[in-house]
Amino acid sequence: MHLIATGNKGVAEAVLQAQPDVVAAYPITPQTEIVEQIAAFISEKRLDCQYIPVESEHSAMAACIGASATGARTFTATSSHGLLYMHEMLHWAAGARVPVVMANVNRALGPGWNVWAEHTDAFSQRDTGWLQVFASTVQEVYDTMLMAFRIAEDEKVLLPMMVNLDGFSLSHTMQPMEKIETGTFIPPFSLPHAIDTLHPVAYGPLTGPDEYFRFRADMERSMRSSRLVIRDTEAEFARLFGRTYRETEEYQVEDADVLLVAMGTFGKEAEVAVDKLRKEGIKAGSLRVRWFRPFPRLDLAGRDIVVIDRGYSFGFGGVLSMSIRATSRAEPYSVIAGLGGQEVTYHDMADFVRDRKPGKEYWFGVKDDV
Amino acid sequence: MTEIPKEEFILKCTSACAGCSSSLSLRYVLKAAGPETVLVIPACCTSVIQGVYPRTALRVPVYNIAFAAAAACASGMSASYQKKGMKMNVIVYAGDGGTVDIGLQALSGAFERETHFLHICYDNEAYGNTGMQRSGSTPLGAITSTTPSGKIHPKKDIDQIVEAHRPPYMATACSAYPLDLFQKVKTALSIEGSKFIHLLSPCPPGWRYPTEKSIEVGKLAVKTGAWILWEREHGSLRISGPSRAAMKTPLPLEEYLKIQGRFQAITLEQVQELQHSITRTMERIRCELEKPCT
Amino acid sequence: MYEIRIHSRGGQGGVTAARLLADAAFRGGKYATASPFYGAERRGAPVVDFVRINDRPIRIYSQIEHPDLVVVLDPSIMDAVDILQGLKKGGSIVINSPKPLEIPRHPVFHVDLTGIAIAQNLVVAGSPVLDTPLLGALAKMGFVSLDAALAAIRDMFSDERNIKAAEIAFRELNL
Ligand code: SF4
Repeated sequence: MHLIATGNKGVAEAVLQAQPDVVAAYPITPQTEIVEQIAAFISEKRLDCQYIPVESEHSAMAACIGASATGARTFTATSSHGLLYMHEMLHWAAGARVPVVMANVNRALGPGWNVWAEHTDAFSQRDTGWLQVFASTVQEVYDTMLMAFRIAEDEKVLLPMMVNLDGFSLSHTMQPMEKIETGTFIPPFSLPHAIDTLHPVAYGPLTGPDEYFRFRADMERSMRSSRLVIRDTEAEFARLFGRTYRETEEYQVEDADVLLVAMGTFGKEAEVAVDKLRKEGIKAGSLRVRWFRPFPRLDLAGRDIVVIDRGYSFGFGGVLSMSIRATSRAEPYSVIAGLGGQEVTYHDMADFVRDRKPGKEYWFGVKDDV
Repeated sequence: MTEIPKEEFILKCTSACAGCSSSLSLRYVLKAAGPETVLVIPACCTSVIQGVYPRTALRVPVYNIAFAAAAACASGMSASYQKKGMKMNVIVYAGDGGTVDIGLQALSGAFERETHFLHICYDNEAYGNTGMQRSGSTPLGAITSTTPSGKIHPKKDIDQIVEAHRPPYMATACSAYPLDLFQKVKTALSIEGSKFIHLLSPCPPGWRYPTEKSIEVGKLAVKTGAWILWEREHGSLRISGPSRAAMKTPLPLEEYLKIQGRFQAITLEQVQELQHSITRTMERIRCELEKPCT
Repeated sequence: MYEIRIHSRGGQGGVTAARLLADAAFRGGKYATASPFYGAERRGAPVVDFVRINDRPIRIYSQIEHPDLVVVLDPSIMDAVDILQGLKKGGSIVINSPKPLEIPRHPVFHVDLTGIAIAQNLVVAGSPVLDTPLLGALAKMGFVSLDAALAAIRDMFSDERNIKAAEIAFRELNL
């Protein structure tokens, strides 16, 4: 079924089809439409689910953890400060190995109250043990949300998963979207370590220095095996529904002399910049990074790259750019652009490529050197 | 007389301090709750008392959760069991820090949503697990490691705060009166909605008295009226047996204070203030009992 | 690609108008996106919304710089913002106004959306509903078919007065 929907609607429609048992959420702009829509599904009796209108995001994640621990499929959505307020519980969810699925609508952080898109909220959670993926279209939001339940709940993964979408530019943009009949694509959820009074155990008790690290190693083992699960799930999705997703999305990459690398909606608009540059005779290509955790293995050594970063690690550099530098021995031209919703057009992106200085960093719109 | 089950859910291998009354109380809580119970524990002494991985001293599932999150975690569990149509006692067993301070927001949210669960605050009136720092629940005049010359602020009245949420059941209890506690837990678990039990738990290292005196200290708290045992079911208040006598002729407060080292620096004014506060509370209770709320 | 910018005041239905237009275009077999430019603005502050209509998928998320068409839901906004900014040479303007307006070098179409809404008693919380009649006017201009416009409206609103208002606006707009 084809319809036209916002990114937020795309999330809610996928959640409806995944049929979670428990949703706990707290409102925050620009995510609120998601939980409002889910609450509406429940009140229309289209979704049989316990909705917990918690008093904070910290409690939202705690409630999801509690529910998931009993074997319930759980979902929540947040954004920006909400995600940061959850931070402690994000670590807890991953450590407790509960596959909570969450939509995070990427938004900048205060001070300087700002409700517009930026990736720093999600980047700040990169070490929590959550799987993280960034979508670029409403269709991709919907498709990825459906896959998220299957990936996170896979016995070889059992880690929580966050689907990121850019605030307003994707959450509130309407685009055509195809709703699919998921059939058995999302298998029923069964948590192997669900609470069972017949087998009473302690979850997360005091764990000494000679044991603790084993659990962390196990998380990384699962994070690594998630690559395979992701690949298989995406392949199965393509087979069943005809849309192909990979760790990265490549556009005109093969013969490109220079690559634009970005995430989220910038990664999509970069394709238009590539078209423009190609018309001018510059052989550009674009590489959109979808998965942030686990971070893709990229083979970019020796390539000329321009990375657009929508999030920054102070005293270190653009988060995406530094990640690429670390994993693929490339020397990208790092452009910091789009913070707090700063307007960046494909014309600007084409300029970044023309003016690139490999190994250097450039803050778009900042006149003097940073 | 109520028969207390022989079955034990807490094994004789906890790592509680000698004389710890909160772990003694947990034993009765679990006897009252039985095997169909999930215990939710935020950071508190019980995080340690339950034992160290891979062992556990408890024979019911124990879910450990971050300090501020106990009531919210219980909300999630309770919602899930409701969805499954399963009957389960979801019990938060939290210290005073995890209830009146860092845990208050989640507690308030859970009660406002009428979450079906029981929150027990075992109150040892300080952050026991981190070495006895003052909490919002520490009484006026008590020495803690962060109030070395005695606390200058009165104890936060968590009961009034919880009461403002109009829960169907709430009660006070004291570790020195296990039967009273047992019955209150039973009653609480038989009622739908959010229930609260505020359990005074004398703590030898924190309150600075010899380990064998936990019961005596608890009894003195009740007999002097420093701690009043009552329960409130659907709004109506009832004074529990052990406190009835104390309401009429309380022992002098000094009896309770002087047995504990933590009050050694208390000033005369502070003692008077504590005494006033007891008198005020008793008056309020009497007044309510005479003119029951409508 | 056809690009439309809608000027309104917060609360006047600019977002809904953009969404309805994109929906109607989509029903007509086109690719379309509607993106509001949200500010921190509250009710009454000038806001813009963007609609793109194309034969192929649309990959642009940035704001429209050079619209083909500008829609003005509240003419009083013209004192505060330059509605002509970036408008393509010869680009059209649709204005919610009972009387004709002259803007040099641009075709201007006027339709009394406010009047239509009030006549239909289509008033929500004291404000006349402008977005649904607007869709009728835009259908007249040929961006979408009237059928697609009405279908999009029906999908979002159950109140038939919205349909009525769109039909009247369709009739009243003079090409
Ligand atoms: S510090 Fe007090 S409450 Fe904590 S275990 Fe020791 S005696 Fe019990």
